[in-house]
Amino acid sequence: MILARIVGTVVATRKDPRLVSNKLLVARPIDPHGKSEGNYLVAVDTVDAGVGETVLIVSGSSARMAAGMKDCPVDAAIVGIVDAIEVAAGG
Amino acid sequence: MQLARVIGDVVVTRKDENLVGLKLLVLQPIGADGAAAGRTLVAVDAAGAGVGETVFFVRGKEASFPFYPTEVPADAGVVGIVDHWDVETEYRRT
Repeated sequence: MILARIVGTVVATRKDPRLVSNKLLVARPIDPHGKSEGNYLVAVDTVDAGVGETVLIVSGSSARMAAGMKDCPVDAAIVGIVDAIEVAAGG
Repeated sequence: MQLARVIGDVVVTRKDENLVGLKLLVLQPIGADGAAAGRTLVAVDAAGAGVGETVFFVRGKEASFPFYPTEVPADAGVVGIVDHWDVETEYRRT
């Protein structure tokens, strides 16, 4: 899984029927210290996350194991809202 | 599987119900010489690992297999704690 910060939302009217009524968010991956890294991605939200929050994103076929995502065409799902990240000294 | 060092943990209160009760660790993948190699990631813990330990982990859907039949939404999971590893000098990255 990766850590990411939610930076926006996506509105899509015409889409796969299995994506209807799912919330899509734009996320930017971050490292454990909060620094942005890598490319933006669109993830389906399963935990009511919002812009500005730090979240946990599961990617690949595992994204379909998130709640309500069975057989949905997704490869990134938000499965948790991060409260705190504790990194050991030197990590 | 890949070698990594556990450098931290993540506290997540609101999460997928199938993640409840699982420990989430921050991993730094390492090379054969023990130096950091690649981006950090978050993995579920299936081996009882803790911060500071060297572990090996799986990527992909297989990360959820230790918790079968629960379908844990995880794409990385710690499956073993490394006691020690040994690489012939000639294959070590310098």
